[in-house]
Amino acid sequence: MHSERNFITRFIAIRGMGQVVTVTIGLIILCLVFMFINPLFLSGRNIANLSRQIVPILLVGISQSYVLITGNIDLSIGSVVGMSCMVSATLMTKGVNPWLAVVVTIVSCLVIGLLNGFLVARCKLPPFIATLGTMTIARGIAQIVNNNYNTDSIGRGAMVFREFFYYGRLFGIYNPVWIALVLWLFFYFVLSLTRIGRHIYAVGSNLEASRLSGVNVFRTVVTAYLVSAFCAAVVGLITTATSGMGAMDAGNMYEMYAVAASVIGGVSTLGGQGILLGTVIGAAIWGVLQNGLQFAEAPVGIRNIVIGAIVVISVLMDVMVRSGWIKFGRENVA
Amino acid sequence: MATETSDKPIVEMRHIDKFFPGVRALDDVSFELRAGEVMALLGENGAGKSTLMKILGGAYTRDGGEISVFGRDVGDITPATARELGVAMIHQEMNMCTQLSVAENIFLGREIVNGGVLSNREMNRLSRDVLNHLKINIDPDTIVGDLPVSKQQLVEIAKALQVNAKILIMDEPTSALTAKEIEDLFAIIHRLRDDGCGIVYISHRLEELQSIVDRVTIMRDGKFITRARFSDIAMDEIIAHMVGREIKEKFPRVTATRGKKILEVRHLNAGRMVRDVSFDLYEGEIVGLAGLMGAGRTETTRAIFGVDPRDGGEIILDGKSLDITSPLDAIRAGLVLAPEDRKKDGLCTKLSIRENIALPNLDLLSGVGGVVNRRREREMVAKTVANLHVKLASPEMDAGNLSGGNQQKVVVGKWLARSSRVVIFDEPTRGIDVAAKVEIYTLMNRLKQSGIGILFVSSEMPEVLGMADRILVMCDGRITGHFTAAEATQEKVLEAAMRFENKSERRPAAAV
Repeated sequence: MHSERNFITRFIAIRGMGQVVTVTIGLIILCLVFMFINPLFLSGRNIANLSRQIVPILLVGISQSYVLITGNIDLSIGSVVGMSCMVSATLMTKGVNPWLAVVVTIVSCLVIGLLNGFLVARCKLPPFIATLGTMTIARGIAQIVNNNYNTDSIGRGAMVFREFFYYGRLFGIYNPVWIALVLWLFFYFVLSLTRIGRHIYAVGSNLEASRLSGVNVFRTVVTAYLVSAFCAAVVGLITTATSGMGAMDAGNMYEMYAVAASVIGGVSTLGGQGILLGTVIGAAIWGVLQNGLQFAEAPVGIRNIVIGAIVVISVLMDVMVRSGWIKFGRENVA
Repeated sequence: MATETSDKPIVEMRHIDKFFPGVRALDDVSFELRAGEVMALLGENGAGKSTLMKILGGAYTRDGGEISVFGRDVGDITPATARELGVAMIHQEMNMCTQLSVAENIFLGREIVNGGVLSNREMNRLSRDVLNHLKINIDPDTIVGDLPVSKQQLVEIAKALQVNAKILIMDEPTSALTAKEIEDLFAIIHRLRDDGCGIVYISHRLEELQSIVDRVTIMRDGKFITRARFSDIAMDEIIAHMVGREIKEKFPRVTATRGKKILEVRHLNAGRMVRDVSFDLYEGEIVGLAGLMGAGRTETTRAIFGVDPRDGGEIILDGKSLDITSPLDAIRAGLVLAPEDRKKDGLCTKLSIRENIALPNLDLLSGVGGVVNRRREREMVAKTVANLHVKLASPEMDAGNLSGGNQQKVVVGKWLARSSRVVIFDEPTRGIDVAAKVEIYTLMNRLKQSGIGILFVSSEMPEVLGMADRILVMCDGRITGHFTAAEATQEKVLEAAMRFENKSERRPAAAV
């Protein structure tokens, strides 16, 4: 009994775990409510659907979490998703080998990430403005690569690509879910256990102190934007594989969904705080709300209002905890 | 100790220049430091001490001059090269990642990794070692933001020592420490010096120097003035070099005819810290408000000024009872508050001096439709700046770039364009140098002679005794003493300041 308690207190004592525990309870309650409204919510078929709906939100959530923890923001995520989708689909419709297309797509998206990092960390542009610019540029690229049209079907030659990024299953679980899981674990590892991860927190917590401690702030911020662009590129590839074509407006508004998933999961918009475990719960809440409200036959307008309110409330709770109006989690333990 | 000539300096800085927008912060400054010595770097605020050391520590880059460390010429110093050279700087402003743990801060920028993975256990162990070595009782797992400021300061020191620095720069390290912690710090400094470290010690507290310093370097207005063995120079000489002129009269008290009663405060109550406070203030009078830290003086000024809500009591100005519920009401009635924390509550540091001075007077400066009359604004700013003797390159300079004393003048000056009746100064001389203090006193005197009533809150007993016509003493939220300048002595004021209701209940946080 004693050691078990000890384990729990130690678990909660992990930084940022307090909010994660809270939102996980929220997630469980949400699932129970939707199950009550429509028992089919927890059917195997819907769970499979739900998991695939969560994937893109989780991946862009990782993107935004990395950048937010450095104390910046990335508004270009959604446009990079669109760009990735259009670039990959256009190449494949032109008969380029799908895997070569994937590499070219990812590299081109990383260029946007590099540009973001350069503008923010070297040119000292406010991240909001810098990434607002690259957001527009990336969307422009998405529109121009196929002369302002969505692409045709990416065709039979790309079946392996669609198989890998969408249809395929391993142990009964769809590939996109595996992709998201692997990337999530990898980036979780990087953020919590490596030097660059530590520097990402440090820069977001106190940029000047980090600089004076010899942290390479430029490299740290660029890395965060590169991770962001990479995850967004993968979401774009999954989108192409899903629909079998390139859509110019793919990923529209994803940067905002990414902010939502991050902050619901406890990532601070002020930097220096948050863990990817929170982001996955945040993304799950987002997905469950979308899917569950759809199941409950709520109109789109209602869905948006509910989800928007949840975002505001979770940030409000974060603010209240920090200013000491509510106490839970680490404060009690420490 | 070895003789002067055989001791080769481990740090030599020659002809260092540094420019900031509109200011020449360093002008051909030279500096040297030897192994095994504590060098005090002295000067008034804005003399360039921190700037010089930030160049050595890699926080700033120099605009001219040469630096050699351990006999080797070094080019531009970055924080990383500073560490390689064995230079560590403990900054005056807290420079910690408050959301990270103590160990994470200590190892920030030079984390120990094992196969790409952070060795948290190893870093925690080494952090614990260095903290134990310094006799600092802090768990390395604690989040720095959860520690009090004094402990954060100690963590900074631990961080510097963990890198095995041979050259240690301490910029006002004791400002946040208690007497006991200062003692421990000095013991650490002694040990480091005996180990052959060179230590640069920047401090405003001249009385501290005696116990640790070997030599002093004095700077003034961005220039090198002199260097001497501490035992060869008298304290008076040090001060004279710092100030550049003799200060004849430390408290230039003037007499003014006491006019009619302006302000009456009757039975003011606000929270726990302001209890049944009553006093009067007359035209042309300075009333000092003395007391220990946490006696309720600042709270009293805030309650009068309408910042904090009042629980009861009356504020009467020129015989009329005022209903003050916000600072705006107080300003309209002719009350002015120069708050304790200049940077936080007194100035918009990112706005220009012109904008700061104009801010509370925009109603006087703007015409139809709220458009600001630029000509009138310029005139008002020019008049204020001239009146206050603020040293500045241009009124378009950011207020945050001014020195502490000049900032204080702007905080006060912006109100003088209005026909204010009462000015409340809350710790106006905190953190500013001797010469600037005298200028603030002179400013108070000028206000007094023009018939304004001044409430002067200060924790420095000599200045209250030196400047005030009458002295009120607070303790525990109540007025516990009331003296005229003639009858007040340090002992009487201190006795009143410690007149707690229940002696065992509360102890003073710090001496006056």
